[in-house]
Amino acid sequence: MSSTNTIVVLPDQSTAQLPRKNYLNQEYGLKSWLLTGDHKRIGLLYLFSITFFFFIGGAFASLIRLELLTPASDLMSPDTYNKVFSMHGIIMIFLFLVPSVPATLGNFFLPIMIGAKDLAFPKLNLLSWYLYMAGGIFILSAMVLGGVDTGWTFITPLSTHYVNTHVVTAAMGIFIAGFSSILTGINFIVTIHRMRAPGMTWFRLPLFVWGQYATSILIVLGTPVLAITLVLVALERTTGIGIFDPTKGGDPLLFEHLFWFYSHPAVYIMILPGMAVISEVVSTFSRKRIFGYTAVAFSSVAIAVFGFFVWEHHMFIMGVSNYSALVFSLLTMLVAVPSAIKIFNWSATLYKGSITFEAPMLYAFGFFGLFTIGGLTGVFLGTLGMNIHLTETYFIVAHFHFVMVGGMLMAFLAGIHFWWPKMTGRMYPASVSQLAAVVTFIGFIFTFFPQFILGYLGMPRRYAAYPPEFQVLNVLSTAGATILAVGYLLPMLYLPWSLKYGKIAGNNPWQATGLEWQIQSPPLTENFVETPIMDHEVYDYEWLANKTAHEVETVG
Amino acid sequence: MSHISPVLWEFLTNWLKNSPLFPPEASTIAPYADALYFFLLAITVIGCLLVGGLVIGFSVRYRKERSPEATQIEGSTLLEATWTLIPLGLFLVAFVWGALLYFRIYNPPPNAMQVYVVGKQWMWKAEHPGGQHEIDALHIPTGRPVQVTLISQDVFHSFSIPAFRVKREAIPGRYTTVWFQATKPGTYHLFCTQYCGTQHSGMIGQIIAMKPDDYRAWAASSTSGSSLAQNGERLFASLGCNACHTGSPTSRGPNLAQVYNTRIRLQDGSTAVADEAYLRESILNPSMHIPAGYAPIMPTYQGQISEDGMIDLVEYIKTLHSNNRIQQTLNTTQLSSTQTNGVTPTASGVVKP
Ligand code: HEC
Ligand SMILES: [Cu+2]
Ligand SMILES: [Cu+2]
Repeated sequence: MSSTNTIVVLPDQSTAQLPRKNYLNQEYGLKSWLLTGDHKRIGLLYLFSITFFFFIGGAFASLIRLELLTPASDLMSPDTYNKVFSMHGIIMIFLFLVPSVPATLGNFFLPIMIGAKDLAFPKLNLLSWYLYMAGGIFILSAMVLGGVDTGWTFITPLSTHYVNTHVVTAAMGIFIAGFSSILTGINFIVTIHRMRAPGMTWFRLPLFVWGQYATSILIVLGTPVLAITLVLVALERTTGIGIFDPTKGGDPLLFEHLFWFYSHPAVYIMILPGMAVISEVVSTFSRKRIFGYTAVAFSSVAIAVFGFFVWEHHMFIMGVSNYSALVFSLLTMLVAVPSAIKIFNWSATLYKGSITFEAPMLYAFGFFGLFTIGGLTGVFLGTLGMNIHLTETYFIVAHFHFVMVGGMLMAFLAGIHFWWPKMTGRMYPASVSQLAAVVTFIGFIFTFFPQFILGYLGMPRRYAAYPPEFQVLNVLSTAGATILAVGYLLPMLYLPWSLKYGKIAGNNPWQATGLEWQIQSPPLTENFVETPIMDHEVYDYEWLANKTAHEVETVG
Repeated sequence: MSHISPVLWEFLTNWLKNSPLFPPEASTIAPYADALYFFLLAITVIGCLLVGGLVIGFSVRYRKERSPEATQIEGSTLLEATWTLIPLGLFLVAFVWGALLYFRIYNPPPNAMQVYVVGKQWMWKAEHPGGQHEIDALHIPTGRPVQVTLISQDVFHSFSIPAFRVKREAIPGRYTTVWFQATKPGTYHLFCTQYCGTQHSGMIGQIIAMKPDDYRAWAASSTSGSSLAQNGERLFASLGCNACHTGSPTSRGPNLAQVYNTRIRLQDGSTAVADEAYLRESILNPSMHIPAGYAPIMPTYQGQISEDGMIDLVEYIKTLHSNNRIQQTLNTTQLSSTQTNGVTPTASGVVKP
């Protein structure tokens, strides 16, 4: 254990000025945005689009919670309810969670963090946004034309032969949006391999970059399988050939295997970028290098690798062979370990730090709490005998909301709050944002904790109506969702507000070490005036303290 | 766990089990599942306390006001090993424990009573070997293992009894099984937990566990008059199976008496056990496995027999200990070829092609 002491003085924001030239005012007009090759502008395009879809998905979530206030299906018909939860799942997963951090924060910051001027393929990057939007439009049109009611899991033969909703349209939307992820993944992998600044060795990469790298591998290897699966569903649905249909010699379990072969890794596609954000935030607000940097970096890779070999744990009750169930349960236990390693390393990073509690850090703390619960309840489900009772109930719903929403969404908000000053050059009000973080956390617990209990009681998921004894817990959950909604709406108010009225942030308001904080905020279109040289270790607060002595260069 | 403080542990678990936040424990498996649940719960609570304690403790101790200077630390291999191996060890315990429970739930005891359940949009049809049919209900005796053989007639459904802590997917075109032994008489929820379309949340039934005497009384009073095997026998005759499966050494099809649960030598040299799934496949896809010494002449019955009919046939073949009955039906059908022998060709099982 080598150790050095660093004091960090936060800069005086009153003297900070907005740089005259930056990527936002380089060019004006709609065309300059729609045809941009600038990774930062594309990141913002994504940010607007995914926020839009998040609120549509959120509206569906509110409808679900409202319907479940009472045991009978009285607010809407069961058919409508089925469409509502299907659209909620499809939009939140494929149009929000999967692209959330990589396409917005990753796009914006990955090149800057490795000292590059842009991603390797700027045009491909723009294309991926257009594909995403095209996918989104397909999914929205499926919704407007009358909806889909297969759930986001598209289970066959229900989706191929037994529903007459817009399955093919929605599937095509996901198919197209999938290619948008694949392009982003390829772009990231090539960029990380080829475009690092001099001195930026693999072990000087910020952990955010490691996380994006592991995610990209998952995306590039997993998404094609989803694409194939959806094409097969569409083929069977339109032409009636027997791929999954047992009466025509198809195998209904084949669909489950193919679907989960993507959709389990997709869980890590959704959470790894979130973990990547947390590493940056925790380091910055405790002014410490991440404890066990290599362990955290390699645990991302381990998750990416093991993540491909656990898909069958979604099928333990589906009559798979007992022995294959054994193997997949064991591997599931193994994949839980790297997440535990990360949590402990982040906690240890706080040790002997100099901690402050700005909004990003509070969101990160929220992530710790919720992700720890989400992760450990995943062990319940990976445990074979316990899985039998818990799967397909509200326990599952609670578990993946803790991981995906409690983990990923908290991390996403942590990231947005962390990098907002860099993206816009402005600060948001500190106390309101801290309040929002706390409200979100409390609302979240109230919404989803009761669902664990409902799950152990046996309440099945995707029920429009339920036996009356489950009502109390459902009402509690809906009440929590109201608080949660307030938590999500608050940033929608003060973040736009800050664009005009927020304090000028200056280059490095948090005194963070990443390369992105050493340039002006908002950055220049070309990011760096001259190619930076990475002459120090990552998270080197001593270097930063020395550097602050000479003022950071502002270009104007 | 219980050796830490048996009294406290007893108190806690009893309190929890009697609260409305906990499902009734009504099968022999339930206490095993709950014990594992409490173990996992304990890991979770400890894990959360640990992480919460570290984060809050450090936040208080090392907040900027108290700790203006951060001390940079690389990491520690010893600590990394500790927090890799301890969670791994705990997870492996959970794995082994869970695997044992899984095998307990999915490996039925040999003496289990057999029930068939067919799932279809959106109801559960239960068939007892004695010929009792029920819809969205299943009567079972307490104190006796019951094995349920499941199949779906359309989409995936899932057969879940929370009070028994068991669940099994009902899959189209494939038998799955689950077993349980009820301990307490009572009425429990039967849920369909796999999303199956419009009325998924209406696919709820009741499990009625009765004392053995009550069950016998119920079974006697609600029988439809003919057992599954008897229905199967009629189907066997009306579908013309007995034309080839006469049981005589010269017959074109193999002898089906006592074939159930035996190991069959197949033409390609491999062997297979003639369980329910095998019998089902042999009728729907006869060319899938051809017993050694027979020509692949059996026609497929795919699409011609409903799932209920399949169950009747399978149950009939299972109970077929000698070929006397086949011979009898053969004789009677030959004698009275125009008459249907008092048997309406059980429309229940046949779907006209
Ligand atoms: C045309 C004659 C013929 C008819 C009609 C026929 N089978 Fe068969 N069956 C065979 C032959 C030949 C085999 C063995 C070769 C094969 O599996 O294709 C066989 C195999 C079987 C087997 C597998 C037995 C074993 O030992 O592996 C079962 C079970 C069976 N038949 C049941 C039925 C039932 C039930 C029907 C009526 C619905 C039926 N068969 C109608 C000729 C026939
Ligand atoms: Cu169902
Ligand atoms: Cu269902």
